[in-house]
Amino acid sequence: MFKLVLVNLFRNKIRTFLTMASVTVALFLFCTLGGVLDTLQESIKVGSESRLVVRNKISLVQWIPMAYRQRIQSVPGVKLVAVQNWFGGQDPNDKRGFFAQFAVDEPYMAIYGKDFEIVQHSDAQAGVAVPEGVDPKLAAFYLERTACVVGQKLLVKKGWKIGQTITIAGTIFPGDWPMTIRAVYHAKNKSFGEEVLFFHYKYLSEKGLGGQEPVGTYVLELSDPSQASRVIQAIDSQFENAAPATLTETEQAFSAGFVSMYGNVPFVLRVIGLAIVFSILLIAANTMMTAIRERTSEFGVLKTLGFSDGAVFRMVVTEAAIITLGGGLLGALGAKFLVDGSAMTSGFLPPMSVYWSTVITGIIIAVVIGAISGLIPALQASRLRIVDALRRVD
Amino acid sequence: MAIPLAYNLRSVLNRPMSTATTALGIGLTVAIYIGALALAAGFKASLVSTGDPDNILLLRKGADSEISSGISLEHSNIIKANPAVAVGPDGRPRASTEMVIVVNKPRLGQTGSSNVMLRGVDAAAADLRGGLTIVAGRMFTPGTDEVIVAKRIAGRFANCNVGDKLRFEQRDFTVVGQFTASGSAFESEIWGDANVLMPALNRTGFYQTLVFRPKDPKQFAQIKKELESDPRLQVDVKHEREFYADQSQAFTTLITVVGTFITVIMAIGALFGAANTMYATIGARTREIATLLVLGFTPFAVMLSFMMESVLLALIGGLVGCILSLPMNGITSSTTNFQSFSEMAFQFKITPPIMVQALVFSALLGVIGGFFPALKAARQTLSRSLRA
Repeated sequence: MFKLVLVNLFRNKIRTFLTMASVTVALFLFCTLGGVLDTLQESIKVGSESRLVVRNKISLVQWIPMAYRQRIQSVPGVKLVAVQNWFGGQDPNDKRGFFAQFAVDEPYMAIYGKDFEIVQHSDAQAGVAVPEGVDPKLAAFYLERTACVVGQKLLVKKGWKIGQTITIAGTIFPGDWPMTIRAVYHAKNKSFGEEVLFFHYKYLSEKGLGGQEPVGTYVLELSDPSQASRVIQAIDSQFENAAPATLTETEQAFSAGFVSMYGNVPFVLRVIGLAIVFSILLIAANTMMTAIRERTSEFGVLKTLGFSDGAVFRMVVTEAAIITLGGGLLGALGAKFLVDGSAMTSGFLPPMSVYWSTVITGIIIAVVIGAISGLIPALQASRLRIVDALRRVD
Repeated sequence: MAIPLAYNLRSVLNRPMSTATTALGIGLTVAIYIGALALAAGFKASLVSTGDPDNILLLRKGADSEISSGISLEHSNIIKANPAVAVGPDGRPRASTEMVIVVNKPRLGQTGSSNVMLRGVDAAAADLRGGLTIVAGRMFTPGTDEVIVAKRIAGRFANCNVGDKLRFEQRDFTVVGQFTASGSAFESEIWGDANVLMPALNRTGFYQTLVFRPKDPKQFAQIKKELESDPRLQVDVKHEREFYADQSQAFTTLITVVGTFITVIMAIGALFGAANTMYATIGARTREIATLLVLGFTPFAVMLSFMMESVLLALIGGLVGCILSLPMNGITSSTTNFQSFSEMAFQFKITPPIMVQALVFSALLGVIGGFFPALKAARQTLSRSLRA
């Protein structure tokens, strides 16, 4: 009986191929869109719960003074405090090619030490002690004020080399900023991002701010993550009536803030995903119906030979399910393997993720579509009376 | 001789179920295509229509957005004193120095928060930038803790109704009015008096933007050259319109790329569907085609006829798509424009050219999807077809 299904599948190869291909394409798209939502989810996970971010309460764009650093450091439960400043520069040769640059101070590399590994580095000219908890391979970076560390993907994309001096044009901080690449990192954690450039905060404050020291955000490492809410309270209440007031949140909540900026984009993607599913349903149902209509007399013969109504019903449903399952597997897995890990164009997001749950949802949808689109023709075929089926001559 | 179109029309109508499903499949693809175009058009429209074509805008050299720019009080006075700046009836220069910052505000009806642009303006701004209409309440009084909020974003963020208080740093500001600004980017902003907002937000000494009306707009190139080469100033001089149009570029490109990607892939799916339907049609009408050939129609005429039928089917789909997408028109949505790092409210805008583009697109689907099936029909040999 299964053999009969197979024979039927192969008798009109073009049709089977076209239907399967349209299901493949639709499921690929469905899973890719689902992947965008997954990526948004993933970017919320960027932060660990044990790290906090302090920013100006008004908005991220407003600065907070360096003077807060000592006061934050002295809050019980805070292990390390690092400065992280958005630089917003551009590659003068490629102004549209966005990538992130951060000016960071010494403890930063220690706080994020577990999230990346150094894959290439310049050797330090002199013996220099790196801050505690920092990879000694970063010695050359710490020795030189205009040094920078870049992500491996960014290095490859821009065609830069280790030891090369590059120029970044400032938009927030005017002027040209020469920097020398002293280390290249590989992100161990996908959410850390591999297209980022880090350089010394001192360079920024001395050259760009004339010695002034305003800070974009402070990143804190806690000695005990379970104390997070107490530390948040302690910091924010300390600066509540100061100008400027601060807003402290876990790194996770901080990243989630970026995701919420996309507004109802996720909703729009969901609607599009549903429209796609509905349109493949139509295509598949249409094909199955024409396929069954053509074979009316055959079903008559089958029934004459003694196949029961139920058997005919199952045969048609199986045929439909195989077509859509095949297409579904191809499309969903295709999305998983082609899209997963590829870089997004819009800067703030980590590389694309497609969760297995999305892939499996896609495959289930495909099977359900197969079943539904096979249902009506299968019912028609199973209810067919032999006399009617064989009477038709065309 | 060509086969009459009525033949195709009748055969399309003869199979209502099959026609409907294929047309709906194509229709959904077209609807999504229109949606992407409408979104990009709406977003672009709100930024491109911002400002007055004559106005000149100054930013600090190298700054790519208003928030990353900075112009000191001293420099702004030098610029305002330039003889190229038009003078208003009150004898003051027609120029507005503005403070622009983004403030993080919780959303209404959605979780999370987003950045809203807060613009501190000069008394001259309303007249200079134009198109500002107060739709509720009144204009803010200069020198007081009063602000006005754009109508489009008032419904999207908390505390934006007339009479509500908005807190910036340690001071409460009262919302006294809501405004529209002929669909421009200002419709995503909160406005107040620069002289009150700047000290409240610890931003004394630096403005972000300076906008002025030149005495003679035709002198733009000359004014640009003069100001940009002034070693004291270090500014970029642009047409106001041009600047805002640039601000929309990254997002419009993103939407167009994403929209095209989705549409192309869906189009492939719809093509397979259309081809399938046409193959089935031709398969079922083998004898009919043979009859046409016997009657003396050339294979080319047969092919053309079936292509027409496929296009007809796709056009029905295109129309369905247009109708399906119509309710989208005018829907207001918002997202963050990362170029200005603030929320941008915009409307889906379905324009006649977009409709035409969508119909052409659907016809194209019909042509491509129908080509191979039509070729198959034309190549049938008489003896085999009549035997079938």
